[in-house]
Amino acid sequence: MSVGLVIVSHSVKLAAGVVELAAQMAPAVKIVAAGGTTDGAGETVLGTSLEKIMDALNAAESGEGVLVLTDLGSAVMTAESALEIIGSPATTLLADAPLVEGAVAAAVAAQSGGNLDTVRRAAEEAWQPSLSPDPDPDLEAEADPAAPAVSGVLPKNSSPAGTSGLDADEVTAELELINPMGLHARPAATLAGALGAMDVEIDINGVDGQSVMMLMTLGAGYGATLRVRATGTDAQQAVKLVRSEVESGFGEL
Amino acid sequence: MRTTLDTEWAIAWLQAAADAVAEHRVELSELDRAIGDGDHGENLDRGFSAIAAKLREEAPATPGAAFKLAAMTLMSKVGGAAGPLYGTAFLRAATAVGEATELDPVLLAGALTAARDGVVLRGKAEPGDKTMVDAWTPAVDAAKSAVAAGADVTSVLAAAAAAAEAGATATDPLTARKGRASYLGERSAGHRDPGAASSALILRAAADTA
Repeated sequence: MSVGLVIVSHSVKLAAGVVELAAQMAPAVKIVAAGGTTDGAGETVLGTSLEKIMDALNAAESGEGVLVLTDLGSAVMTAESALEIIGSPATTLLADAPLVEGAVAAAVAAQSGGNLDTVRRAAEEAWQPSLSPDPDPDLEAEADPAAPAVSGVLPKNSSPAGTSGLDADEVTAELELINPMGLHARPAATLAGALGAMDVEIDINGVDGQSVMMLMTLGAGYGATLRVRATGTDAQQAVKLVRSEVESGFGEL
Repeated sequence: MRTTLDTEWAIAWLQAAADAVAEHRVELSELDRAIGDGDHGENLDRGFSAIAAKLREEAPATPGAAFKLAAMTLMSKVGGAAGPLYGTAFLRAATAVGEATELDPVLLAGALTAARDGVVLRGKAEPGDKTMVDAWTPAVDAAKSAVAAGADVTSVLAAAAAAAEAGATATDPLTARKGRASYLGERSAGHRDPGAASSALILRAAADTA
């Protein structure tokens, strides 16, 4: 069982659409829409409803906790009210996250077995990618084939010469994207989901390989090179997985 | 000189508030159309009509129970930001009065303060942001002053209602800093905040039924 998600939106269609999008990347996660409200005549209208949110909270709970994501204004307030009414339990959290990006990131984190805090962090970190990843020093070092795995480390660490930053246990790879769509949303989710379940610190072109949002911000298209550096218990396995995914064109060839 | 208010008053207040909101439904939405999304009157009317309908079916046993019924109904039926804002206000008021069957001036002012604090917490607005806080805060201040001066419950609510009305009027020249109207920036000046206007109506209903 995984952490469940509740998607609160003023719009029934928007909530359902976000659920659809996130579910595509996380088939095993319970993601429940709480969109819209009903008017006096029972017609569905724009708005948010305490009742719908309470029902969705129940439906999304499978023992691992529930993360609530909202769109703007009253959706946030109604969700906060719902949490207040059920006594603000530690098993139900509200994410301060962009709805679409946050829901996708949270769904992937939940799918890969993250606990409630991890899933919330995944959603809230989805704000960050708009800042774009660190400028990649590898781009300038492109012409230096002698030390591809290290070139990205030196400038950042500004460490004295000799301490190359090359961890003895570091596993690296350079992989070229061969599928026409490159590293788009679905493969980013596949990678981040699988890597997220491993005990590994993995850096792909300067961003966290366990973050679907960060991977998507790379905008790595057909022919681009992924420079992978991994450390930790599962480093070998992690790089092997990235290699096999990339070399199979993420199953799209 | 009326020393306390009871459950009968709480129910009469909610019904009078429902009547006032229904009567001013179009006007509230017009205010909202100028600086928001134009649905404040309809949304609030939907919520308060539902409260009135529930009160015809069941009679709450205490003022607190009546406030709680109002809170849950508003949060479920209003749809817009006013739902959780007024819902939280009534919920906090319900908590403040607890199981009491009679509200004296101190308890009444405490309930108004708790309601205002709930609105502030939920909406994260401050006085001067052109929101319902601009009606609630002067109302609470006036209620407290009235209590300190030894006023009875009727006078406490009358003072609160008058201050809320003045506060709502005073939102006219303000630039909105919270809610949908804040997207308009300076263009929001010159219009009364619909939430402050509806707050004044609701507090006036409280005073008129006391």
